Amino acid sequence: MQKKISSIPFAGTPEQEAKLKEVIAKRSDDPGAVMPVLQEAQEIYGYLPIEVQKMVAEGLNVPLEEVYGVSTFYSQFALSPKGKYNISVCLGTACYVKGSGDILNELSEQLGIGAEECTPDGKFSLTACRCIGACGLAPVITVNDDVYGRLTVDDVEGILKKYQD
Amino acid sequence: MEMLNIKINGRDYQVEKNTTILEACHKFGIKVPTLCYLKDINEIGACRMCLCEVKGARSLVAACVYPIDREGTEIFTNTPQIREYRKTNLELLLSNHDKKCLSCPRNNSCELQKLCLEYGVNEKRFVGGADIIHKEDHSTLHLVRNNNKCILCRRCVAACKEQYVSVIGANNRGFDSEIGCAFDAELGDVPCVSCGQCTVVCPTGALVERDDTAKVFEALADPTKHVVVHTAPSIRATLGECFDMPIGTNVKGKMVAALKMLGFDKVFDTNFGADLTIMEEGTEFIQRVQNGGVLPMITSCSPGWVKFCEYYYPDLIPHLSTCKSPQQMQGAMVKSYYAEKEGIDPKDIVVVSVMPCVAKKFEIKRDDQGHDGMQDNDISISTRELAKMIKTAGIQFTELEDEDFDPIMSIGSGAGTIFGATGGVMEAALRTVSDVLTGEDLKQIDYNEVRGTDAIKEATYDINGMKVKVAVTSGLKNAAKLLDEIRAGKSEYQFIEVMCCPGGCVNGGGQPIQPGHVRNFTDLKGLRAKALYEDDLSLEYRKSHDNPEIKAIYDEYLEKPGSHKAHELLHTSYVKREI
Repeated sequence: MQKKISSIPFAGTPEQEAKLKEVIAKRSDDPGAVMPVLQEAQEIYGYLPIEVQKMVAEGLNVPLEEVYGVSTFYSQFALSPKGKYNISVCLGTACYVKGSGDILNELSEQLGIGAEECTPDGKFSLTACRCIGACGLAPVITVNDDVYGRLTVDDVEGILKKYQD
Repeated sequence: MEMLNIKINGRDYQVEKNTTILEACHKFGIKVPTLCYLKDINEIGACRMCLCEVKGARSLVAACVYPIDREGTEIFTNTPQIREYRKTNLELLLSNHDKKCLSCPRNNSCELQKLCLEYGVNEKRFVGGADIIHKEDHSTLHLVRNNNKCILCRRCVAACKEQYVSVIGANNRGFDSEIGCAFDAELGDVPCVSCGQCTVVCPTGALVERDDTAKVFEALADPTKHVVVHTAPSIRATLGECFDMPIGTNVKGKMVAALKMLGFDKVFDTNFGADLTIMEEGTEFIQRVQNGGVLPMITSCSPGWVKFCEYYYPDLIPHLSTCKSPQQMQGAMVKSYYAEKEGIDPKDIVVVSVMPCVAKKFEIKRDDQGHDGMQDNDISISTRELAKMIKTAGIQFTELEDEDFDPIMSIGSGAGTIFGATGGVMEAALRTVSDVLTGEDLKQIDYNEVRGTDAIKEATYDINGMKVKVAVTSGLKNAAKLLDEIRAGKSEYQFIEVMCCPGGCVNGGGQPIQPGHVRNFTDLKGLRAKALYEDDLSLEYRKSHDNPEIKAIYDEYLEKPGSHKAHELLHTSYVKREI
């Protein structure tokens, strides 16, 4: 799946930037630093917007395109922030066979965002994930730490209503 | 050197240890098909077209990256299994390829198309899979990217990296993979220097120069326009390749004849503009040395290089010569000196330049170039586009009788002609600067130290007691080394020539495309440059200041090099560009 670039304004803090610079400084002589630095950058910021990738590129003296190429190749890297409520839809074999693809589509339609995206108000994000080990409850989604199982498409609206605050 | 006895397709051969299968096969007259391989810069074994069998190996191997390191290695390049694998590979590539070959600019010069013909593929064997339709990128003046024709060979990525620019790379993965810029920006919005090296190495029609030939045909058909063309030094050494002539054939006379047949009102030689550049740049250099100006001075003929400097080394802009490039000087003189002399309103003149370069398309539209609201040049086309026009017009190029350029810009000295090869501008400048400073007509004018395709060439010359240390480089990766020295305050040079493309203009981004199997095994730069150095030797005038038309233009119009008028028309300024 092609990664979606977030249009949500960047809200990095000076503390986060200082932390990232420290990470970069530690690895500035390492020719293979892009991936580990991106991992730590994602831990600091939660995702990898252009502002962060530019800092990584400049700090490590590698082209921005190379950094972007790495960030879009590995599925663990996110270009969109996680919302206040992150909804993960399990697309593992059991859930998928039980119709989790339809649930993902329904969520996507109701929230107006695709997988790996975040709503403009920063409230919900949608993630397609692999097996979370709850196959007995297939199809399964999680909203932050809450688990919902044996779902049908009709359940989606009710679940979203619980997170209106 | 250890030699190994090997067998290829059952026949006995000897090769040096660690020769790749691809090189060995080439040596013995077998072309192993390749799509991704580019010698030295893209040896990634990714496209799998060159699969060969090595007896005893677990699976087929990629010939381009497989070194032969064992005595008695038995290689097969043409078994039924290999042919089937390669054919399937091509059919898979076609499964998401935009197969509109008839309207593709690379029809007939496409390496994918040629292999499909050789392997007899079924273009519809695989359908589906990746069904993404990519948006074409028309955001730059110099090229068009159409990823629907891209086979992800990454040759363009390697060429861009080699230029130290790296604004393109592979994004996403699997069926979604595509070559593009960071954060899916268009090429016009990233710090691309417009060199066009990516278009020269692309095996398909994914990257092609912006085609401006229609504009030229339109101007030629307009009876109210006086259409003037001028051709850069290196075009004479490369245009013949588009008509299957041997690499390094000087086709100056045929080229002029073809341009006249196309209907241009005047056919001028940009070598004249090159000579003019030397007069101005040589004078600027002497003045900088004598008046304590910024040194080293760096040449400014190559618009890709200038743009690179503006993006990546803006602090070094004061080192750039203020001289316009030969293209721009020539255009400026056509619309002033020539127009006045002929009594033509310059607004009715259309100046077309034929360049080895696609960055020239960008250069003609730069700020601080034209005058009186006019561009110095109106249309810039590449060698490839000129060839296309000649073919469209039905002109039988190889059969033409030689013709001569038109006065009053018909003469280019030998110094002008060698501009097309790396080191040429430096040598041309040295020929003139030496004569000016010594006040003599020096006979020793071959500066062999600055010739050739080494990454960085340097030499020190004693000119009338003044020691001048010069450096010459081409390819931006090499240029960056010299620039870093200047930045660090460690540069010992007074004068540096930088050409954007490796090898100089003979290997420019607008030059004829040679397929991988030719590029990888031919010294393109050397052969093309040789034609220019031979041209230089054959000419009556070999120094810019000896060119009688140059003398005339200063006598009649510009007064002297560096004059107020010359500054107005022939010099320019540069801008810092944000990355």
